[in-house]
Amino acid sequence: MTTDRLQHRFGYYGGQYVPETLMPALAELEEAWLSARADPHFEAELALLLRDYAGRPTPLYHAARLSEVAGRKIYLKREDLLHTGAHKLNNALGQALLAVRMGKRRIIAETGAGQHGVASATACALLDLECVVYMGAEDIRRQQPNVQRMGLLGATVVPVEAGARTLKEAVSQAIRDWVTNVGDSHYIIGSAVGPAPYPVIVRDLQRCIGDEAREQILEREGRLPERVIACVGGGSNAIGMFKAFVDDAGVELIGVEAGGEGLEGGRHGAPLAAGGRPGVLHGSLSALLQSDEGQIAEAHSVSAGLDYPGSGPEHAFLRDSGRAQYVAVNDDDALAAFVRTAELEGIIPALEPAHAIHYVLNQPSDSTLDLICLSGRGDKDLAEVLDLLGRS
Amino acid sequence: MPYLMGGYPDIEGSLAIANGYADAGADLIELGVPFSDPLADGPIIQSAGTVALAAGSTLDAVLGVARTMSERLPVVLMAYANIVLARGVDPFIDDLLSAGVSGVIVPDLPIEESLLLFASAQSAGIALIPLAAPTSTDERLAEIGSQARGFLYTVAVSGTTGERGEQSDYGEVLARVREHTDVPVALGFGISRPEQASAAADAGADGVIIGSRLVREALEQPEPAQACKALVEQFAAALR
Ligand SMILES: Cc1ncc(COP(=O)(O)O)c(C=O)c1O
Repeated sequence: MTTDRLQHRFGYYGGQYVPETLMPALAELEEAWLSARADPHFEAELALLLRDYAGRPTPLYHAARLSEVAGRKIYLKREDLLHTGAHKLNNALGQALLAVRMGKRRIIAETGAGQHGVASATACALLDLECVVYMGAEDIRRQQPNVQRMGLLGATVVPVEAGARTLKEAVSQAIRDWVTNVGDSHYIIGSAVGPAPYPVIVRDLQRCIGDEAREQILEREGRLPERVIACVGGGSNAIGMFKAFVDDAGVELIGVEAGGEGLEGGRHGAPLAAGGRPGVLHGSLSALLQSDEGQIAEAHSVSAGLDYPGSGPEHAFLRDSGRAQYVAVNDDDALAAFVRTAELEGIIPALEPAHAIHYVLNQPSDSTLDLICLSGRGDKDLAEVLDLLGRS
Repeated sequence: MPYLMGGYPDIEGSLAIANGYADAGADLIELGVPFSDPLADGPIIQSAGTVALAAGSTLDAVLGVARTMSERLPVVLMAYANIVLARGVDPFIDDLLSAGVSGVIVPDLPIEESLLLFASAQSAGIALIPLAAPTSTDERLAEIGSQARGFLYTVAVSGTTGERGEQSDYGEVLARVREHTDVPVALGFGISRPEQASAAADAGADGVIIGSRLVREALEQPEPAQACKALVEQFAAALR
């Protein structure tokens, strides 16, 4: 038994707004994580998998041609080169190992873009765990390659037909499964959202991105970046990145949310940038898109991974404290950056980080050194993008 | 203790169903406020909530149903945390008070998060009815039991609301809960047949909450108020 406790609140945000049935499981999870992260064997096992199986550390790449366009030096942290093609595997591997440690052999996951679903299915194949992935029917349509990958990896993909049939409903359905099967199942949440202790566990598992990037850029440039930029769906790649720089007062932290069809019309996925009121969704209190009555709004984004009306509670805290700022980039602009990055750098980014790239290329800034988290690669988006651009 | 989705199929329709419940001899009505993302609910109550929201149900409209019904029998409101927060804790409790509501259940507000609502409800004389689950540890049950006002809502099975055919052994969870509280203990979640209701009463439940089974009746029958009344009569008979 440890007497420590993980952080449950980030200022006003966070907490544990879940049915009583889950409260003992959250306490068990917190206990298990505290003991696992203090256990050198667990640390070593995860570190080995991250290195030899997943491919960490991922490279830091000086994107010379993007830099030329922006008029300042841009580095990309290459999470797109991680096994399975996105940062999601960092979290999925860690939590799957934790599930084994807790004696839970059935894994529940939700997925939007399919990257977290693929990462969870991959970790489950590796560790011989049963895997059930909830995915909105609309996301199943627009992220077909990932649905096929999950099938091949032995996971069961359950379509969710409720609401807008995207990430919000998939998370709700995953939580309902967990409430029902909490005895033998672990829920691997895919982002830095959900009831405590999830936001901290996911941050702990994603902070390798920022820790590595900080060391790499110091080595290359002999100084810290002036700005660190990451896309924000629930906020896991961004918090993983920000965590390493949050105490470096001179480094600006910028989270880029999905502007969808524009903040004015309300069809977007940018609760932080749009000043969404605090509310409770999926077990925690954070900035949300909601009606005056407290009904959660449907988000909209061309990228399934950012199509979420909520946000991680730590991001809401960083926003209010002024330590980080959150901006939005629209669908069309993200699509343009997707193509531009392919043409200029020979890198096809996922649509999610394409939002961050667009911001850096197009917003004027005095910065001379930017670090962007390239959270994933765009193979999954190819068909959808070509279709939207009328090129298929 | 029948559950009703406030505003399903619309506000008048739900008022008619509520009157049917009262006519059939219900002891109390548990009145649900529809919410976009009801984590504790299974597919039946979810879909009734979706219809109610599409038909324009709001917290104030549901409180209108409560105001009318509370003249006939006690009304307990069931609302998710974000509905409460959106109104503001104190205004929410004020509105409940003026609608004659006797108690409130917030299924996603465990004791750790309920301090403000507890204090506000307490000073207004409204019972904040907590939930206990089969997974709750004895330590938690002791805290939940000591905070319970009105009654303690015991969740019969781990899971969401929804009909369950099999008859669970209710005795164990009821005995554990009762050991930790002085208020009456009601049992709910999954109780969908009169035999299950009487088994729950035999196992020591002071009240039995019937949710999804009744909501399904309202979803499926052409005359929901009459059909639900008949069904509540059957449950009431089994519990007599
Ligand atoms: C490549 C990629 N980046 C970013 C995200 C957004 O998630 P988060 O904000 O948790 O990093 C996703 C989600 O699916 C993704 O696949």
